[in-house]
Amino acid sequence: MAYVAVKGGERAIAGAHAWLDELRRGDPAVPELSVAQIEQQLSLAVDRVMAEGSCHDRGLAALAVKQARGDLIEAAFLLRAYRTTLPRFGASTPLDTGAMRPIRRISATYKDLPGGQVLGPTFDYTHRLLDFALAAEGAAPPPPAPRAPAEEAPMPRVTAILAQEGLMARETPSEAEPPDLTREPLAFPADRPLRLQALARGDEGFLLALGYSTQRGWGNAHPFVGELRMGEVAVEFAPPELGFPVEIGDIAVTECQMVNQFAGSRTEPPQFTRGYGLVFGHCERKAMAMALVDRALRAAELGEEAAAPAQDQEFVLYHCDNVEATGFVEHLKLPHYVDFQSELEKLRAMRRTAEAAREAAE
Amino acid sequence: MSAAPLLEAEGLSLRFGAIPALDRVSLAVWPGEVVAIVGESGSGKTTLLRVLSGLARPQAGRVLYRDPAGEAREVHGMGEAALRRLHRSDWGFVHQNPRDGLRMGVSAGGNVGERLMAAGARHYGAIRAQAAAWLRRVEIDPARMDDPPAKFSGGMQQRLQIARTLVTHPRLVFMDEPTGGLDVSVQARLLDLIRALVADLGLAVLLVTHDIAAARLLAHRLLVMRHGRVVEEGLTDRVLDDPQHPYTQLLVSSVLAA
Amino acid sequence: MSAAPGYNFAYLDENTKRMIRRALLKAVAIPGHQVPFGSREMPLPYGWGTGGIQVTASVIGPDDTLKVIDQGADDTTNAVSIRRFFARVAGVATTERTAEATIIQTRHRIPETPLREGQILVYQVPMPEPLFRLEPRVAETRRMHALADYGLMQVKLYEDIARHGHIAISYNYPVMVNGRYLMAPSPIPAFDNPKMHRMPALQLFGAGREKRLYAVPPYTEVRSLDFEDHPFRPPRAEAACALCGSRESYLDEVVTDDRGGRMFLCSDTDWCRQRREAAG
Repeated sequence: MAYVAVKGGERAIAGAHAWLDELRRGDPAVPELSVAQIEQQLSLAVDRVMAEGSCHDRGLAALAVKQARGDLIEAAFLLRAYRTTLPRFGASTPLDTGAMRPIRRISATYKDLPGGQVLGPTFDYTHRLLDFALAAEGAAPPPPAPRAPAEEAPMPRVTAILAQEGLMARETPSEAEPPDLTREPLAFPADRPLRLQALARGDEGFLLALGYSTQRGWGNAHPFVGELRMGEVAVEFAPPELGFPVEIGDIAVTECQMVNQFAGSRTEPPQFTRGYGLVFGHCERKAMAMALVDRALRAAELGEEAAAPAQDQEFVLYHCDNVEATGFVEHLKLPHYVDFQSELEKLRAMRRTAEAAREAAE
Repeated sequence: MSAAPLLEAEGLSLRFGAIPALDRVSLAVWPGEVVAIVGESGSGKTTLLRVLSGLARPQAGRVLYRDPAGEAREVHGMGEAALRRLHRSDWGFVHQNPRDGLRMGVSAGGNVGERLMAAGARHYGAIRAQAAAWLRRVEIDPARMDDPPAKFSGGMQQRLQIARTLVTHPRLVFMDEPTGGLDVSVQARLLDLIRALVADLGLAVLLVTHDIAAARLLAHRLLVMRHGRVVEEGLTDRVLDDPQHPYTQLLVSSVLAA
Repeated sequence: MSAAPGYNFAYLDENTKRMIRRALLKAVAIPGHQVPFGSREMPLPYGWGTGGIQVTASVIGPDDTLKVIDQGADDTTNAVSIRRFFARVAGVATTERTAEATIIQTRHRIPETPLREGQILVYQVPMPEPLFRLEPRVAETRRMHALADYGLMQVKLYEDIARHGHIAISYNYPVMVNGRYLMAPSPIPAFDNPKMHRMPALQLFGAGREKRLYAVPPYTEVRSLDFEDHPFRPPRAEAACALCGSRESYLDEVVTDDRGGRMFLCSDTDWCRQRREAAG
């Protein structure tokens, strides 16, 4: 019997894979979607997969989206499974996002500031009306959008402007190489570099809900978007054999600096404190949510009462990884015959005991 | 003691499934009187306190509270708004765990001041002065007024809860194992403090405890509960020195043995 | 101007508008009380003013003149977007002049020009519940409102003074309306709170995501919470507007360089323009 069951399982799996391939392709009469099309035209899906897959490679992320039939968590999983096979050469030098050439840079705290507000490509002020014109294909590509002339003026970070006046709590710089979550397991209490790393690859939906909860009273948040910037930034790496950093390429990132109201007390002057979000690609919702959650997780360090879910680092960090979460939720589909059998026997025995007690009482 | 009881319960019954939590319990508390309800855990004493204070509803029986105007009002018939008003004016409730009675994220002064503000106080300086006076009264250094209770020891937290409860001079205070969970030496100090405050303020107190020694020190009268029923009641000294019911005898002897 | 074809006047269907107006009538009858309403999905995202837009859509008529401001200014992106929306779906006249408008939809400010009878000020409200930072559970805050159990809010102000020496709320400063309901004035600067008190115009508040409406009828008492010995004193930048020289209006701070340079401008762009025109 057991032998037959295994054979049936193998056949079933082969069949499922074939069927999956067929559904992925869909109706053969419809032209196949190319990886290049996905990379170009579903670019925000690609960015999300890069961020949550923690691997900055648009081509591979697009391939993962195609292979996963558009299931972005599955795609992130594929990318992570590939990433983990790559050799690790070391850590880059810290990104200088202040030197970024932003395609979008906005501040909600100042009407105008050096470098100016750059709205960039955003859904923010679109009216959400389905554009049926897009359903008709074959239209000529839209003409290039007007762009603000490349500002040569520096774009200082808003947090730096506030820090000059002493209004912004300074972060303690550290020369230490940050921990690598993909090589070492989480350990608690987790310090900020480790937390930020976990959040950067955390699930957008989960962080969004947690960030939102801090705005609705579940955690003491008073956030302002000090600055949100998006664009390409150079990555530098110092190979040990050289001993000095060399530029190895550019990556697209989104950075959010949330400015939060008063900490401090009678003895310490009130200051603004920072929540920080940095995400691969164009993922501004995720960067903002990350910044809210980062700030919420600093509650204990800043002497605030920490009672809300978003302020609990174990709760947040253990549950923000969607590849882990989806694995454990979905594993419930796997056979649990053995455990269930013992539950069945236990329940039957308990019911027999209860029955006997009731009969004895009557 | 005046002629009319402050709180009067008649025939209170409440069952949780097959288990009787309260079985035809009647009692009365007169102004200025301290009544202790003793019994082991599971005897129904905490349920009784919740029913008497309106936090739980009995399946049979009623509880009457005589308001300052002398009018008897049914506790379970007055509506939530009136009951809440009662809880933050005429009544007080001291929980076993100070975390249940304090706001842990609010300073000690704010905790004491809350009831004053709920009663309409709007002068910051006056509220602070009164909070400081009460902290002193419960032997907490007023210099710690702006600290949150989370920085206090268990005994200090409990004293803070008492200050917070008594600051508006309630007429009737419910206490649920106020010394439970504290070290023995801390308990003794707290009991002394409660006894002095109750006498000074002329409070009526309904005290639930499994600690016979605490009951002897504080209570004028004693009710002994077992399986949801009052098995014996009387003046504290009489009940403890000459217990009639076998269960009371057991309770008293177990204390003596310990 | 005429409304865009394919849409009902002012986007919402008439039944929805009637439902919202009924909720608004209730809100006006119980000043400061939050009335739940069947908020609709709007073509702008939550947080962009969906509540205010639904209120405006329900009370606007073809003869109205609409002004939309965000941060006090008519030219901010979100104000432009909402004004364009109504011009498109209602075809109504729009204006940037406070005095000419019959309906003013606002985010975060009350105009400096005093409003008059017959005008309606529609506030966009992100969090209608003034107690949400103290008690996040809506079921519990509703009970607190029902029982006028507001001691906790006063405790928060007490704690601010104990910690900082003064009340540390600078915007969305809680108010008592008509001596009964605690109300969130929406995130207007505390500087604007006194303008709400006995205002001749009708004030309507819409919170789309939280699905609540509330109102302050004309000439209603609106008092900012405080203590007798720490009276309400809203902060304002100690500067004059670099354009019109005003020392009375609320000012925006503009950073001019990264070496600490900054200047101040009226946040209410219409008021600033009026002053400059008058100075000629």
